Amino acid sequence: MEKFITLTDTAVPLEIENIDTDQIIPARFLKATDKAGFGENLFKDWRFDHVGNEKEDFPLNQEKYHGQVLVAGDNFGCGSSREHAAWAIKAYGFKVVVSSYFADIFKGNSLNNGLLPVQVSPEYLSELFKAIEENPQTQIKVDLENQSIKLIDKNLEEKFDIDAYKKMCLLKGFDDIDFLVSKLDKIKAFEKQQNV
Amino acid sequence: MGATLTGRAIRYIFFACHFERSREVFDQAKTDAASIPCAIRRSTKMKKTLFDKIWDAHVVESIPNGPDILYIDKHLIHEVTSPQAFQELKDRDIPVFRPDKIVATADHNTPTENQHLPVKDLLSRKQLKELTQNCEENNITLYGLGHPYNGIVHVMAPELGITQPGMTMVCGDSHTSTHGAFGTIAFGIGTSQVAQVFASQSVLVQKPKKLRVNVNGKLKNGVTPKDVILYIISELGTNSGTGYFCEYAGNVFEEMSMEGRMTVCNMSIEMGARGGLIAPDQTTYDYVEGREFAPKGEAFEKLKTYWESLKTDEGAVFDQEYSFDAEAIEPMVTYGTNPGMGIKISQAIPVNESKSSGKALAYMGFTAGESLIDKPINYIFIGSCTNSRIEDFRIAANYIKGKQKAKNVNALIVPGSRQVAAQIEAEGLHTIFEEAGFQLRQPGCSACLAMNDDKIPAGEYCVSTSNRNFEGRQGQGSRTILASPLTAAATAIAGKIVDYTQNLN
Repeated sequence: MEKFITLTDTAVPLEIENIDTDQIIPARFLKATDKAGFGENLFKDWRFDHVGNEKEDFPLNQEKYHGQVLVAGDNFGCGSSREHAAWAIKAYGFKVVVSSYFADIFKGNSLNNGLLPVQVSPEYLSELFKAIEENPQTQIKVDLENQSIKLIDKNLEEKFDIDAYKKMCLLKGFDDIDFLVSKLDKIKAFEKQQNV
Repeated sequence: MGATLTGRAIRYIFFACHFERSREVFDQAKTDAASIPCAIRRSTKMKKTLFDKIWDAHVVESIPNGPDILYIDKHLIHEVTSPQAFQELKDRDIPVFRPDKIVATADHNTPTENQHLPVKDLLSRKQLKELTQNCEENNITLYGLGHPYNGIVHVMAPELGITQPGMTMVCGDSHTSTHGAFGTIAFGIGTSQVAQVFASQSVLVQKPKKLRVNVNGKLKNGVTPKDVILYIISELGTNSGTGYFCEYAGNVFEEMSMEGRMTVCNMSIEMGARGGLIAPDQTTYDYVEGREFAPKGEAFEKLKTYWESLKTDEGAVFDQEYSFDAEAIEPMVTYGTNPGMGIKISQAIPVNESKSSGKALAYMGFTAGESLIDKPINYIFIGSCTNSRIEDFRIAANYIKGKQKAKNVNALIVPGSRQVAAQIEAEGLHTIFEEAGFQLRQPGCSACLAMNDDKIPAGEYCVSTSNRNFEGRQGQGSRTILASPLTAAATAIAGKIVDYTQNLN
């Protein structure tokens, strides 16, 4: 898995609550049997109209917004367990998603793909949206080691929580399969003990 | 199978006597522990919830300040979320660790017509072919298209007796919560985790917090399990359960059939909970007993003794608890673009000034303050892992019998499995549906997520018994109104949304 240590970049704002994984990647694009190509279908039906023209008012289509940080409304990633949602966001070019709340499965899927979900307070999220609206070039720094996110110009910083094990995995680029395979003897012993 | 089941019974006795107590309690009791009977020693242990009992019995190891390694008894897979996981193992040259604990079906992208013919859609066909190849190469049991056991993963596993109380179950599908109806810990996982389970029969997961939702009292006439869960979600919101596993308790759930309990647990994820569960009881044992892969004879009885211990101890503590009065519940419909945006059918759409609510109403073409009653509806869908079991079709057929669908309505009925389809025929329900002008299709996920050809056209409303009313969920631009099979049937007959309770005795 790709490592994540720190990132400083501009952000794309998506001030919508309860963004579900069907919007992130609609079901009709789930027929692929590999992980390639999901980026182009990210938010497909919000980015394009039914004949394929870009919708101008959607932030991902607005030139003023760019960068590797996606800032989204509360309860991001709810709904289906499709990991394709995390693949699509990553493949599009984002490395961090910021929200005031993440759905459980999406959060886990992101962490398993080197995409960092940063959960901030509702107040800080409002500050982020405000700062990006005032100046789309505003720089945001995300530091995983220190578990902090910072609006650089405003010197406004907030700490975020992350599971210590998952943090170590991201910093070092390890993934869960490596870890679980290293525990197979223990798992076999558990099976034997339980007579599974 | 026999060895596994006996093992589970042994596990119970082993855990009850030795492991279930905390270290502290153990230290207090150890001086005279050897001399007192097991049952009495158990009474000194910490009060546990149903969820704790199952979870703790499956922890291989707890990582300090991190997740638990949780052993998985049954792993269900399907064509859409498994191919990349198989590839992951191939890339790393790792074998599937316990293929006998995996069961596969084809359901998400499959057509609901002409299943005997090659699948027309090339990408779907390729995905199904890969599932078949992957299962063959790894010795995994597959109930593919056309197999008598084929069906939606969350319909076919319970009806075959694969789902049993006390188990841990996972599947690359968020509605895996369905199996919690049996008193199992069942939850949806992403494809990376599917690969983890392939590699180790375990997942790395933080133990969720515990939530209990109580519903007590007498349900009004015409109120179904779907209405109960839509009501709960409308009251609590779509993220109220995030970080939690939810136990449903109270006489309303105790009196429900297994089909009803599955409908309720199925939608736990729609309030954000990773899973939901209901303590097993006689209804559960009666449902499981005699099914194809359920334990038989003495093995069943032994296991039943273990299952009977799977109840939340009196005084066990939940992190969060809500209680509702059954009499407050009425038939429910949704008006927005998440399952929490639900109202009683007799109510008006609430006024909510938020930007997101405005966006949802604009998408649906509704305005705050209006009622949905008498809204013309051109599509209804009875199916999905939420409502495609025999009881759902009996309820619908009972209402439809002797009536005709309205001319404007396209009414689609999709059984959850081949076995449900066979039962529909055996009971003669197919004649009722056909005579009333409903289309009865072959099993699959169908118009719930519209991966196949069963799509609702842009701009059209569909009263649907599925679980999600997200934008475009049933086809680009489609507008979904979630409801029970009874509401969907009544809508099809009237050609518009009606409050059928007015016509009930």
